[in-house]
Amino acid sequence: MRATVLAALAIAAVVPLVTAGLGGGEFYLGFATRIVIFAIAATSLNLILGYGGLVSLGHAAFFGLAAYGVGILAAHGVDTAAIQWPVALAACAVFAAVTGLVVLRTSGIYFIMITLAFAQMLYFLFVSLRQYGGDDGLTIATRSRLGPIDLGEPVVLYYLSVLCLVGSLWFCHRLVASRFGMVIRGARTNTRRMAALGFPVFRYQLVAFVLAGVMCGVAGILQANLTQFVSPSYMAWARSGELIVMVVLGGMGTLFGPVLGAAALLILEEVLADWTVHWMLYLGPIIVLIVLFAKRGLIGLFDRRSPPPAGGHHG
Amino acid sequence: MLELLVSQALNGIQLGVLLFLMAAGLTLVLGIMNVVNLAHGSLYMVGAYLAAQMTAVTGSFLLALPMAVLATLVLGLVLEVATLRTLYQRDHLDQVLLTFGLILFFNEVVRVIWGPTALFVPVPEALDQELEFLDGEIIYPAYRLAIIAVGLAVAAFLFWLIARTRVGMLIRAGAANRDMVAALGVDIVRLNTLVFGLGAGLAGLAGVMAAPILAVESGMGDGILILTFVVIVIGGIGSIRGALVAAVLIGVVDTMGRSLLPMILRELVDRQLASAIGPAVASMLIYILMAVVLTLRPQGLFPARTG
Repeated sequence: MRATVLAALAIAAVVPLVTAGLGGGEFYLGFATRIVIFAIAATSLNLILGYGGLVSLGHAAFFGLAAYGVGILAAHGVDTAAIQWPVALAACAVFAAVTGLVVLRTSGIYFIMITLAFAQMLYFLFVSLRQYGGDDGLTIATRSRLGPIDLGEPVVLYYLSVLCLVGSLWFCHRLVASRFGMVIRGARTNTRRMAALGFPVFRYQLVAFVLAGVMCGVAGILQANLTQFVSPSYMAWARSGELIVMVVLGGMGTLFGPVLGAAALLILEEVLADWTVHWMLYLGPIIVLIVLFAKRGLIGLFDRRSPPPAGGHHG
Repeated sequence: MLELLVSQALNGIQLGVLLFLMAAGLTLVLGIMNVVNLAHGSLYMVGAYLAAQMTAVTGSFLLALPMAVLATLVLGLVLEVATLRTLYQRDHLDQVLLTFGLILFFNEVVRVIWGPTALFVPVPEALDQELEFLDGEIIYPAYRLAIIAVGLAVAAFLFWLIARTRVGMLIRAGAANRDMVAALGVDIVRLNTLVFGLGAGLAGLAGVMAAPILAVESGMGDGILILTFVVIVIGGIGSIRGALVAAVLIGVVDTMGRSLLPMILRELVDRQLASAIGPAVASMLIYILMAVVLTLRPQGLFPARTG
């Protein structure tokens, strides 16, 4: 475990050196940054989907909401990260808390459909906000100002993203092993039993839902700074679907699975798109095959000792 | 003002009727098999594309309509047997992923076959006119009225099917308690295939009838799918009655909200503020409605599942 982590960190550290050696290094470094950012988003979804068994089909909402937080504040001339980022993350926390109060009362199919519906609500809200670009999206003139750190420098943004990913993984690792994490994992297997043990499951799940939303918001903030652009498509339902695919492809309920899944899916998309315009024609069936035959995910290929994902999703 | 109110109300009912056609089949499948099907919107899209293709080939929309509906129904049956049936025993996450993959596939297939630009279907000639009511005070397109009429006729047929026939009895029983019905010797898998095919046909019908008033394009089924989910959540899974009430409610609230709310707000608050927040609030209206209904009645307005 320790050796794997050190190896992964070493790989992450040398990526800018490698991409600098390649032609079009800017592109590859940007692509690597995108992978890291989506790894954070997938890790946050894994917290509730993988460990908590909550199939949220609206997780991209937090990604887009935080990115809009950066974009809208920047449009009003507020570009210091000390204000932008807390506001963006607070927006995610509030949205997660309010929608969580409704969705966590439900389970099974209802939960899936309602998380999807709330994400779509936010999508249409930003489509209707014409003063912030509406459907066309909003160009962010200046990146967040973070003291002496210049986010306009691609290498700096890359390392900051890696730092955030490491932080997210560490947080996830600690949280899952904690008593809080035990309750969340227990509720995935059997909500009723956890309630019978005296745990207020709803409150635990609500906190996990908010934490996951805020963590996904971190990814959204980084993405807004990477692309200097935000549009409603950031929170389109297809994005949420992709995040689920990343988690499952990598290995749900494992710490590093979502990271692998994010890298694998984005690289696969890029390779397919390079090869044919109709790449979705192949991606769709590939996803279907993964569901049918490779439920343990990529992580299962590397670590044969890790236990198979526990069954018994309620609903 | 009256004209606006009436025509907007009719537009709302017309949207509601389309939503009902989508929701009716899906809510029954959800109710009986407890299976998530995101690809229902793809069937709507395929129906619309087939209508465009067959209208172009035969030159007659009325001829294309039954052909496209039938073809969508068959496609639905193939989908059910080939893919979804393998997932009834697995968890919802697998169903979400599988049908998500199918959506990506279908959205791209129509682009490969019919190209990336939207298709337009002419309104059938017999219905391509405006009807006048109340001495010309209210003018409304005949085709949209026809959609409402067809939708209501289908609703009546479904109520008869569900309430008065043996198949309908089994469907109701299956939605209430699937295991019990299976234990009584009913082939629940075949019953579900039947319902799935029916639902696919209805989704196809919605797509066909929407084709002349909307742009037929890739991804057109995604938006209506989510509205359909809202309808099913509000109406209660497995309930045709709930689907009808919720569909019309959502259709009217959404349409009226978008046109009237900004006007009402302009009366109440500053004009500039109203034009800024009016559309935003209107676009969220149905989701707020859904949240309220869920808070008061978590199982929807007309829950079918008793056990």
